[in-house]
Amino acid sequence: MKVSPWFDRWRKWKSRAALLLLVGGCGLAVLPLFAILLHLIRQGASALDWAFFTQAQKPVGELGGGMGHAILGTLAQVGLASLLGIPLGLACGIYLSEFGARERQGAPGTRERFASPVRFALELLASTPSILVGVFVYGVIVVPMKKFSLMSGALALMLILLPLVARTSEELLRLIPQHLREAGLALGLPRWKVILSVVLRSAWPGVWAAILLAMARIAGETAPLVLTSFGNPSFSHAWDQPSASLPLQIYTYAISPFEEWHRMAWAGALTLVLTVLVLNAITRISGGSHERRRHD
Amino acid sequence: MSVDVTTKIELETIGLQAYFGAVRAVHGVSLRVPRHQLTALIGPSGCGKSTFIRCLNRLHEETPGARAEGQVLLEGEDIYRRGVDPVLIRRRIGMVFQRPNPFPAMSIFENVASGLILAGVKDRRVLDPVVERSLKQAALWDEVKDQLKKPGTRLSGGQQQRLCIARALAVDPPVLLMDEPTSALDPISTARVEELLIDLKKSVTVVMVTHNMQQAARISDQTAFFLMGEMVESGATDAVFTNPKDSRTEQYITGRFG
Repeated sequence: MKVSPWFDRWRKWKSRAALLLLVGGCGLAVLPLFAILLHLIRQGASALDWAFFTQAQKPVGELGGGMGHAILGTLAQVGLASLLGIPLGLACGIYLSEFGARERQGAPGTRERFASPVRFALELLASTPSILVGVFVYGVIVVPMKKFSLMSGALALMLILLPLVARTSEELLRLIPQHLREAGLALGLPRWKVILSVVLRSAWPGVWAAILLAMARIAGETAPLVLTSFGNPSFSHAWDQPSASLPLQIYTYAISPFEEWHRMAWAGALTLVLTVLVLNAITRISGGSHERRRHD
Repeated sequence: MSVDVTTKIELETIGLQAYFGAVRAVHGVSLRVPRHQLTALIGPSGCGKSTFIRCLNRLHEETPGARAEGQVLLEGEDIYRRGVDPVLIRRRIGMVFQRPNPFPAMSIFENVASGLILAGVKDRRVLDPVVERSLKQAALWDEVKDQLKKPGTRLSGGQQQRLCIARALAVDPPVLLMDEPTSALDPISTARVEELLIDLKKSVTVVMVTHNMQQAARISDQTAFFLMGEMVESGATDAVFTNPKDSRTEQYITGRFG
């Protein structure tokens, strides 16, 4: 078939236009990240000094101060949330993947009947607006205790972390082919050993990445903390006292009328973004190297 | 070679039935597997031979909705008797699968030793000789002895399958089940595996599913022919191939169906 030169040119022109559209879309999508980073560095980098990382908020009128208390508070809350949420989430994920599987033949078994609602509930929990998680913990923990506390903040963060870890680890464990489980069972290994030493171990690079991403996500959460750990201008890591955190402290500094506090809010935001970026980068790098090792 | 009375029966099924939900895949199969011989199970796809072999180490029941009825006697003891732990049975009956399935997160050494390591054996003085012995039995030692720390998944398909055979042999099972162990391999790898099987059956009882009738004729002592979930006939390989008792067996081995 003969193709007219005009048609051929028109086709190539369309192809170029389409490609330009796609590249442009990608550029627009990543532009905000660089804009945010650039802006944060310009506004906040100058406030990043030793005092910023080591000192707490100073009383109004006094010069200096920092976000040390907020960094510590975030570490404590994310740490506590992870300590509770990761094992629980992994347990859920393992159960759903290894025991709550869909039965291939016949009517759904009891396990399936239990697992599907659990899966659905985790889905709902994962998509619950985070302020609602805060309100829930406020009602269940803060009101009866009659005070805001670090522990309630950690609990709210845990409720956000839990479904993320559970659902992603389930998905990742399911990706491990059935024949590897059978290979383990055929060696005379008990089921739990096969799950931990063969299935989980094979999926671990991905599961670990999912855990890090979930931790990065809760480190930046603000809404659930407003009604739970509340914020605190000074160093405090008592479990039953209000606690500072990076996002909340950024808010406190940002809405103040003071020039210096504004700079510290910018620096705090920069710290938070960099922390999340570094966690993501670690995930990428460690996950990537595992991937390579596995496939070459 | 005929199955004479002096040969000890290692494994025996009596009226074995296997189900997937309500569907019966194996209909009352009774088969005697003599010690230190190679028994080949042949038959067209979907005839139940793989399901049957998976009942012999109680792996069939791991499929959701699947169950088995009847008896499987291992050295005279019914492995389906109430209270028998399938984990202990599987330590005595190893299995090699159709697709090579080395553990991806483990080195060659760890793969071979996995049955021992994961059962709690950590002592290198115990593990080292076992790994060497198993890899030699699986005819893989010379190819991998300098790279035991490499991931098992880096090996070629044929090497991976021999690695899986070594892994199964490392726990020293008296019986080895093989579910089409060469169907994913090239002819040269297949020949290597066949050679090692001939060697292996001096010390291990082997039950092998195969789609390849020439393979069954070449290396097995006893052949059982399966069709639509039933065992049509079984006997010494020479007899089944040269003088089948059932006309369906004759039709199948002469290539008229399947």
